[in-house]
Amino acid sequence: MGIEKEHPTWSTYWKVAVILTLITVAEVWIYYIPSFVASRLFVPSLLIMSAVKFVTVVLFYMHLRYDHKLFRVLFTGPLIIAMTTLIGLLFLFGKLSLTVGALN
Amino acid sequence: MATTATAPAYAPTESYGGESGLWSWLTTVDHKRIGTLYLFTALFFFLVGGVEAALIRWQLMYPNGKILSAEAYNQMFTMHGTTMIFLAVMPLSAAFFNYLIPLQIGARDVAFPRLNAFSYWVYLFGAMFMNFSWFIGEAPNGGWFGYAPLTTMQFSPNLNIDFWVIGLQILGVSSLAAAFNFITTIINMRAPGMNLMRMPMFTWNAFVVQFLLVLAFPVITIALVFLQFDRFFGTQFYEIAAGADPLLWQHLFWVFGHPEVYILILPAFGLTSEIIPAFSRKPIFGYPVMVYATMLIAFLGFGVWAHHMFAVGMGAIGDTVFGVTTLLIAIPTGVKIFNWIFTMWGGSIKFTTSMKFAIALVALFTIGGISGVMHASPPADLQQTDTYFIVAHFHYVLFGGSMMGIFGGIYFYFPKMTGRLLSEKLGSWHFWLTFVGMNLTFFPMHFSGLMGMPRRIYTYEAGQGWELFNLMSTYGTVILMIGTEFFIWNFFRSFKKGAIAGNDPWGAGTLEWSISSPPPEYNFARIPRVTSRYPMWDMKSPALTAEVPHTVSGDKRLDVDVGGKHAANGHPNPIGNDPKQAAESGMHIEHASGKTAKELHIPMPNPTIKPLICAAGMIIMFSGLIFIHTGKLPLALATMIGGALIMVNSLYAWLLTPLEDAH
Amino acid sequence: MAHAAAIHSAHDDTHGGHPPTSTGLDNKKIAIWAFIGSECMLFVSLISTYLIYKGRSVVGPYPHESCLPPICSTALKPILNIPVTSASTFVLLMSSLAMVLALAAVEMKDQPAPAGFGEKLLRSSKLWLWMTAILGATFLGFQAFEFTSFVHEGLTIKTNLFGSSFFTLTGFHGAHVTAGVLWLLTLLAIDYRRGLGPKDALNVDLAALYWHFVDVVWIVIFTLVYLIK
Repeated sequence: MGIEKEHPTWSTYWKVAVILTLITVAEVWIYYIPSFVASRLFVPSLLIMSAVKFVTVVLFYMHLRYDHKLFRVLFTGPLIIAMTTLIGLLFLFGKLSLTVGALN
Repeated sequence: MATTATAPAYAPTESYGGESGLWSWLTTVDHKRIGTLYLFTALFFFLVGGVEAALIRWQLMYPNGKILSAEAYNQMFTMHGTTMIFLAVMPLSAAFFNYLIPLQIGARDVAFPRLNAFSYWVYLFGAMFMNFSWFIGEAPNGGWFGYAPLTTMQFSPNLNIDFWVIGLQILGVSSLAAAFNFITTIINMRAPGMNLMRMPMFTWNAFVVQFLLVLAFPVITIALVFLQFDRFFGTQFYEIAAGADPLLWQHLFWVFGHPEVYILILPAFGLTSEIIPAFSRKPIFGYPVMVYATMLIAFLGFGVWAHHMFAVGMGAIGDTVFGVTTLLIAIPTGVKIFNWIFTMWGGSIKFTTSMKFAIALVALFTIGGISGVMHASPPADLQQTDTYFIVAHFHYVLFGGSMMGIFGGIYFYFPKMTGRLLSEKLGSWHFWLTFVGMNLTFFPMHFSGLMGMPRRIYTYEAGQGWELFNLMSTYGTVILMIGTEFFIWNFFRSFKKGAIAGNDPWGAGTLEWSISSPPPEYNFARIPRVTSRYPMWDMKSPALTAEVPHTVSGDKRLDVDVGGKHAANGHPNPIGNDPKQAAESGMHIEHASGKTAKELHIPMPNPTIKPLICAAGMIIMFSGLIFIHTGKLPLALATMIGGALIMVNSLYAWLLTPLEDAH
Repeated sequence: MAHAAAIHSAHDDTHGGHPPTSTGLDNKKIAIWAFIGSECMLFVSLISTYLIYKGRSVVGPYPHESCLPPICSTALKPILNIPVTSASTFVLLMSSLAMVLALAAVEMKDQPAPAGFGEKLLRSSKLWLWMTAILGATFLGFQAFEFTSFVHEGLTIKTNLFGSSFFTLTGFHGAHVTAGVLWLLTLLAIDYRRGLGPKDALNVDLAALYWHFVDVVWIVIFTLVYLIK
C-alpha cells in the first residue's frame, strides 16, 4: 500500500555517521584553538555546525526527507515556535547583543 | 425545531451503548461517555469556582468586610482562578472535544481511546488532589499564576503552594495526553470526502487549540519543575540571593499563559461558529478566512506574552514589540466577530437559547476585546495593570466569551448527548439572568479599576469612591447565582422530562446531526461520504449550500494539503472510486436501530480499568512529594515509589494489551 | 546496493473492519511526531533558562572559568570536562547509527537469508538493538561519572545557578535517555520472545524516532553548554 518512496540505503546511513563524527571532531578541535575561540567567528561556526548535525539526523535518521510531508509540518511548526521563543527570551534577558558572535 | 412528528418512536432509555452501572463508567473508553464524564465533573467545579467567587464578592460587598480573613481571601481568589481555568473551562472544552470531534469528522472514536480515558481520570484525580488542600486549611494562596519568588519556600513556607505546583503538573499531563490524541484523530480519521477545508468550524478551532496545548504546556511544566525543585530539593532557580532573576518565572509562565487564554476562548468560538449558522439558516460567512484567522491567532498568540509584564521594566524595545504584536492579534479576532455578524445578516434567525448565548458571546467578547486593546498600549497599561480594570477585561472575555459560548454549546448539544431537549423556557430564564448578572457584576469593575482599586486586596477603606461599584458587582453575582440555579434545574430535569429531540432538532448542517440522539456506541453504522462542509444541508436543504464549494478535487480522499502542495500518498477512496459503492454509500441519515456493534461486525475498543489505575498511580506518585514537607521523608519515598510502580505496571499492561479483540 | 529497493518505510496496515486513515499513515506515527514537537518546547525552556543564567552564578564552581578566593574559599578549576563529554557525545551519535540499522534489520526480516557473515551481522535486529541500548547505557554511564565527579568537586544541584540549571537540563535529558533504553530493552524482550519482523516495523520506528530526537537534543546541549563559553 502506498507508493514506494525513495528510501535511504545503508551507505547513506554510514555516510551520515561519518559526517556526524567529522563535524563533532571539528567542533572539539576549534574549541582548543584559543585565538579562534576569542574571535567573533567561534560562536556562529559552532552554531552552524551543530545545526548541520541536527538537520542531518532529522532528515536522514528520522527520515523526514523521505516521509510524508505532513511530518515536516508537524516538526517544523513547533521548531519555529521554539526557536522564536528561545530568541525572544534571550533578548529579553539581555543575553543577545546585536553584534554577531556574542552570546553574553 | 424538534422533529417529534416525524421521528420514529425512539425514547432514549439506556443511552451510551447499553452497558450501565458504575463499573461500565470506570472502564469506559468510549469518547461519548468520557465527554459526559468531563461535562459533569467540569460543571461541578464550575459551581465550586462560583461559590469561591461568591465568597469573594460577599467579602468585597462593603468596605472593611469581615467575611474572610486576608489569608482566606488569598486562598479564595487563588482557587477561584485556578478552578475556573483548569478545572472548569478547560474541561468543559474537553467535554466538547471528546463528544463532538469524532462525530463531526465521521469517525467511530478517537485515535487512542484508552489514552482518552487516562486523560479524564488524571484530571479528576488531580482536581481532587488540589481541592483536598481545603480540608487541611492550606489551599493554594499565591494567585492562579503563582509568581516566584513569592511562591518560594522563603515566602510561602507552608503546604499551600506545594498543592498548587503538584496539582498543576498533574493537570498538565491530562491536557497534553488529550492533545496528542485529538491531533492524531483530526488528521487521520476523517470520513471520505472530508478534506481539511470541509471540517466543521468547531473541529477546526479544536484542532488549533490542541497545537496550542502541545506547545504551551511544556513551558509551564518546566517553570513548575523549577519551582518544585526549589521548594523540595533546594535548587536556586528563583533564589534572588543566588543571583536568580525575579522575572524568569513571569516570562516562562506567560509564554504558557498567553496561549492558554486562547485555549480558553477558541473552543467557545468554535461552538459559536456552529450555533450561529444553524440558527441563521446560512453557512458561516467567510469560512476560509475564519480558518486562517484561527491559525493566525494561535501563531501570534505565542508572540504576545510579555504584555502581561508591561510594568516590570523590560525597556522600550521589549514593551514596543509586545505592544505591537498584541495590537496585531486583535485583527484576526476582530475578523471573526465581523464574520459572525455577516453570517446572521440576511439569515433566517431563530432565537433559541443557544443562539442567544452565541450572540451574547459576540457582543460581550467584543466589549472584553475593547478593553484588551486598551491594555495593549504599554503606557495606558501602566495605569490599568493590577487594577480591577483588568479583572473586568478578562471576565468579559472569559465569562462573556468562553462561558457564554459553552452554555450555548450545552443547549445546542444536550439533545445530541441525551436525546432530549433542554427547556427553552427555563433556558430563557437562565440566559437573561446570566446576561444581566454578568454585566452587572463586571461592568462596574471598569470604573473601580480606573479609579485605582487594586486587584487581590481582601478589603478596602471607605471613601475612595469604590463602594457603589463593589456593591453593584455583588448584586450582580447574586443574580448570576440565581440564573445558574435555573440552569442546574433545567439540566437535571431535562434528562428525564425534556422533549424528545430526534436526530436533528435544529436542522443543522454537520455530520453529527445525521445519527440518532444519543448516538449508538459505534456512532456510524456506515461511515458517511462527505460532499461539502455542510453535508446534512447538501442532503436536506441543498438551497442553503448553493454557494459552498463542492469541488471534485475536494472529493478525493487524500487531501492533506501541506506546504501548498497536494499530498499524494495513501489509500484511494474506496467508496468514491467504485460507482456501485458510491451509489449505496454516500451521505445518509441513520436512525436508531438498536443494533449493537457486534451485530454490525464493527470492532470496538474493549473497556478497561487500566487507564484509571495508571492515572491513580501517577497521582499517588506525585502526591508523595507533599510528605517531604511534613517531615516524613520515608513515607514520601514509599509513596512516590509505590505510585510509580503502580503507574509503570499498569502502563505496561495497557500497552501490551490489544485495543480490540482480534478480528 | 541490492538492499536499497527492499527497505520499506514503516507502514502499518490498519484495515480489518476499520476505515482507512485519512493520510494513509499510522496514528501512532503522527502522535509521536506531535509528541516530539512538544518536547522541542520542553527542552527549549530548559535550554533558555540555562543560557539566561549563564555567567550569573554568585558563587563557583563555574563551567569554563576558575573560581578563586575570595569568591570561592578554595580555588576551583573549571568544572566541565570537554574530552570526556566529547567521547560521550560520540557514543550517543553512534547509538543513532545502531538504531537506524536495527530498524532496517527489522524491516528486512522476511527477506531471503543473507549470504556473507557481514550481511548476517547487518541483518540481526537483536545485535543492533543491543548495540543501541548498550551505547545508550554507556552514555548514561558517562553522565553518571560526570555528575558524581562534579559533586566531588563541589558542584551540586543546589550550589549555584549553574549547578541548578545544568543538572536539571542534563538530568532531564538523561531521564529521557533512560526511558529510551528501557523502551529498547522491551523491544529486545519481544524480539527474544516471538521475534520482531516487518509487522513490528512501525513500533520499532516509533522507538527510533524517539531515540534520534533525544540524540538531537544532546547535539544542541553539547554545543550550547559545553563548547560555547
